[in-house]
Amino acid sequence: MLKEIVRLEDVSVRYDGIVVLEDINLSVYEDDFLGIIGPNGGGKTTLLKTILGLVKPSQGRVSVLGNPPNKARRLMGYVPQYNLFDRDFPLSALEVVLMGRYGQVGLFKRYSREDKKLALNALAEVGMLELKHRQIGSLSGGEQQRIFIARALVAHPQILLLDEPTASIDTPMQAGLYELLSELKRRMAIVLVSHDISAVSIYVDKIACLNRRLFYHGDKELEARELEEAYQCPVDMIAHGVPHRVLREHR
Amino acid sequence: MIEALQYDFVRNALLAGLLASVACGVIGTYVVVKKIVFMSGGISHASLGGIGIGQFLGINPLLGAFFYTLASAIGMGVVVRRTKLPEDVTIGALWVLGMALGVIFHDLAPGTVPGLPSYLFGDLSLTSSSDLILMAALDAVIILTVSLLYKEFLILSFDEEFGESVGAPMEKSYLVLLCLIALSVVVMVRVMGVILVIALLALPVATGWQFTHSLKKLMLFSILLGLISTTLGIGLWYEFNLASGPAIVLVSIPLFALSFLFARLRRRRVE
Repeated sequence: MLKEIVRLEDVSVRYDGIVVLEDINLSVYEDDFLGIIGPNGGGKTTLLKTILGLVKPSQGRVSVLGNPPNKARRLMGYVPQYNLFDRDFPLSALEVVLMGRYGQVGLFKRYSREDKKLALNALAEVGMLELKHRQIGSLSGGEQQRIFIARALVAHPQILLLDEPTASIDTPMQAGLYELLSELKRRMAIVLVSHDISAVSIYVDKIACLNRRLFYHGDKELEARELEEAYQCPVDMIAHGVPHRVLREHR
Repeated sequence: MIEALQYDFVRNALLAGLLASVACGVIGTYVVVKKIVFMSGGISHASLGGIGIGQFLGINPLLGAFFYTLASAIGMGVVVRRTKLPEDVTIGALWVLGMALGVIFHDLAPGTVPGLPSYLFGDLSLTSSSDLILMAALDAVIILTVSLLYKEFLILSFDEEFGESVGAPMEKSYLVLLCLIALSVVVMVRVMGVILVIALLALPVATGWQFTHSLKKLMLFSILLGLISTTLGIGLWYEFNLASGPAIVLVSIPLFALSFLFARLRRRRVE
């Protein structure tokens, strides 16, 4: 039996009376590499934040390994959407990764030598050990994204949640990043959300489509009708690495 | 200049400059990297309310500023975080409320009190030893709090969203940081005046930022640069009888401009 890491039951989220997520049912298992695609504003980031316990569902239940999400933060690694911090922010790559140990260290205390060792290991794992003393803003978009993945890994999560991890990266770097995730999926469940269907569908094992409602059958097949319903327009789709057009063209 | 040191009021002034530099370096660093200069400007201008109330009640105006500024900093923070009011409007409202209360209570104050320009632009000749004790105590609170919450303030400044996801108390840290800004305003107000406090919070840090990529070093550089600016400014204040705040601004701006040019030249040489 595969271990169920995350379970959402009939989850709905409203902001100011607007329904952002509606009746979401989703189970993520320990070996899943799930890509969630959907249009901008479709609720992708909200779904991740709901799993993390940062957004409270207005109805339904979220559990992470049987616990409410805010009790299970240490089991989850989060890579937020690329944010535009100041390129001169006075902070090294290593200091960024150390932040990931916060949940284990806690209020008032300092990061220990052990935390630092774990941070160096995480940097090595994403291939960024040599850049440890570089200022974070001086790195390329792809390198920064690897640093942020290391920051999520350093707490040894059982599930990794990534929000648009390839949005700020050029195509050759994207392939490298997906290969890194393919390595990591042997050790943890991975959920990544993206609006870029083609890139996601080559690497992930399962695909769901989200536009307020979630369309998901636990595999990589999505019916054209569902995609069209989610995106409300025709969509190009690549399935099983074989590119083919499944829907009619935009006119 | 050296013989000036025999006077108590000159020594007090220099000591006030040193204490202000410590607050400037430590808290100014967060103000600049987290880009809350406008919020800090609001907090510092609002402090005039506390100064006026202090004069009206006949207590040390810095003590009045201490309570009033803390309250308005927390007020700004809570409204910005918890309501949907636009941040700039909230800050602006509490900014002008403080200044209006300051002027009104100053006018209502019984007896003769120092004029408002002393508090708007700084007047070191008013620095008393009880002021210095209060300033030193506030500096101690600032240093202690920052050393306890260094991790939290760093995550808060760099990536709040990630901080939330690892359970770091981001909203509480933010409010504590605003309180520390309020305390630094009280530390600096004798030297800079409420209008010019922001110059000492931001300029030495902006200058120091050209030379380091480490937050801790940036704090140290900023304290040092603050000390250079305040000491030179205090020299001008003593020699030419200028208001101390404007004199310090006159020193800080060229320092900032020079550092900017230096950094550009160095960058060009590297490339």
